[in-house]
Amino acid sequence: MGKKNWLIMLGVAVFIGAFPWLVAPFKAVSHYTDVMVFAGIFSLVSVGLSLLMGYAGQISLAQAAFFGIGAYTSAILTSKLGINPWLAIPVGASVSGAVAWFVGVPALRLKGHYLAMATLGFGVIVNIVLGEEVKWTGGPSGMADIPALRIAGHKIVSETAWYYLVWSVVFLALIFCFHILHSRVGRALRAIHEEEKAAESMGVPTARYKVSIFVLSAVLAAIAGSFYAHYVTCVNPSSFNLMWSIRFMLMVMVGGMQSLWGALVGTILMTFVGNEWLQVFAEFEILVYGTILLLVALFVPGGIVSLIPRRIPGRRQKVSASEGAGS
Amino acid sequence: MKAACPDTNVPILEVCDLGMRFGGIAALHGICYSVPRGIIQAVIGPNGAGKTTLFNCISGMFKPSAGRIVFVGREINGWAPHRIAEFGISRTFQHVALFKKMTVLENVMLGRHPRTRCGFLETGFRLPGMRSEERQIRKKGLEYLDFVGLADCAGLDAGTLPLGKQKILEIARALATEPRLVLLDEPAGGLNMKETEELGELIGAIRRLGTTVMLVEHDMNLIMDISDRILVLHFGKVLASGSSAEIKENSAVIEAYLGIEETCADLPERVKGRDNAGY
Repeated sequence: MGKKNWLIMLGVAVFIGAFPWLVAPFKAVSHYTDVMVFAGIFSLVSVGLSLLMGYAGQISLAQAAFFGIGAYTSAILTSKLGINPWLAIPVGASVSGAVAWFVGVPALRLKGHYLAMATLGFGVIVNIVLGEEVKWTGGPSGMADIPALRIAGHKIVSETAWYYLVWSVVFLALIFCFHILHSRVGRALRAIHEEEKAAESMGVPTARYKVSIFVLSAVLAAIAGSFYAHYVTCVNPSSFNLMWSIRFMLMVMVGGMQSLWGALVGTILMTFVGNEWLQVFAEFEILVYGTILLLVALFVPGGIVSLIPRRIPGRRQKVSASEGAGS
Repeated sequence: MKAACPDTNVPILEVCDLGMRFGGIAALHGICYSVPRGIIQAVIGPNGAGKTTLFNCISGMFKPSAGRIVFVGREINGWAPHRIAEFGISRTFQHVALFKKMTVLENVMLGRHPRTRCGFLETGFRLPGMRSEERQIRKKGLEYLDFVGLADCAGLDAGTLPLGKQKILEIARALATEPRLVLLDEPAGGLNMKETEELGELIGAIRRLGTTVMLVEHDMNLIMDISDRILVLHFGKVLASGSSAEIKENSAVIEAYLGIEETCADLPERVKGRDNAGY
């Protein structure tokens, strides 16, 4: 995955690892560890969405639905059927992946706005099902008393333990995704984004790749959903509605769509904005989100990470010189 | 069909009664032709003659509305483009279709796609075999860049190259799929004289690799220089075919195409102007 990314990862890992210790001594910010657990959970969703949107160029407004499918599968399997939570997580991921496949095969034939509408519609349907299937999901009031995760017989209860658990999973997911990006699969995804016809003519089965990356993003979202359910211990449909799909998209866009690090930065920032700093706006927070989306799209379309210079400018001048001579 | 090319043994590509309709317009109609193995086959004709449509049918981007396309003995019409690419037909595009934000090397490495196989799980988990395959892709990519003379641009974003080099890069990317037949759609469009000359040499070198080349081109000097055979299309039909000497003498071609010499002569210039304006 390249030396540069390993170095960044090391830096980020050190920061993430030290974070709970940095904020613990200060009363005013000590609960930031809890916020960061949510940020970690949401990062799993946004990293998958970044692969789908930023790299493969396919929009999805259904991520909250896959997040919800994971959360509810875990909730139902563990609290109603008494299945081990660790087993419920892969089951939730598989269910979500399978649903994504069924939806993705027809939907990913669409492009741009039409794909956005199709995934949006699917997200709404899932949300309605979660709200109406009272027998299984508890309806609008949702489900409570979801069992905690256990490691070697010990319940994971403390925020710090959750923090390290969730962020370990995030880093594993990041490494997995970076490996994919720095390979023939990643090149194929970017090629589909840039010139789908050319990619197809160079032997990339574009339809299959689009569905595969959609399924992968759904699997990551479902894993995040399972962690969410076990961390919060209660779920209700409003955590998985369209607003959340938009939030996930916003996280990816604010940080920078063309970079997994961007997804991470955007998610942490937007989680703090949503859970902490914007609480005063209450119901009006959607206005703030809209404003942020507009400002990002207008002024920093590449997201926050695009503000960091990437290459040495000297290298390009050489080519433009030969361009002048060539034409 | 066989009678059309008595001078060769097995044709690499046979097109039988090929038709392509867009609504009421017949872009191609009753095309019968076969391309011998290992030659440079030019396809010429006035604008709108159906040259690019023919390429799009062969490469699978259009599904022909009638007729058959047989490539090394297999009927390939109706196949998806990626499957055709895997089976040995690659192409370039009239309007450069590079992956502009990917590097020059990555563009060519993408061309290795149909010859490699690691999927999401192999790459995600870095399973054994994945690393060596990736090294192999990189090595081959550099080889093809070297072959076309772009090795020193490997690390640059493809979009930053001048148009002439972009056109060459598209050829390198097409060759990286190890095609048995490569379709070049106006490779000289937008190139200056020196670049066109080098392109001619490159096309010759591709043929020496054993790859059959089909090209659509408006630059008559280039066509007459390098082509082994020429197919002339006119209003979606075959007007004539033969060697460059035969085509030059063919009265039907002269009447339909070279007969309006003044407009033809400035055609490549206009194409150049249009392509340059786009980039």
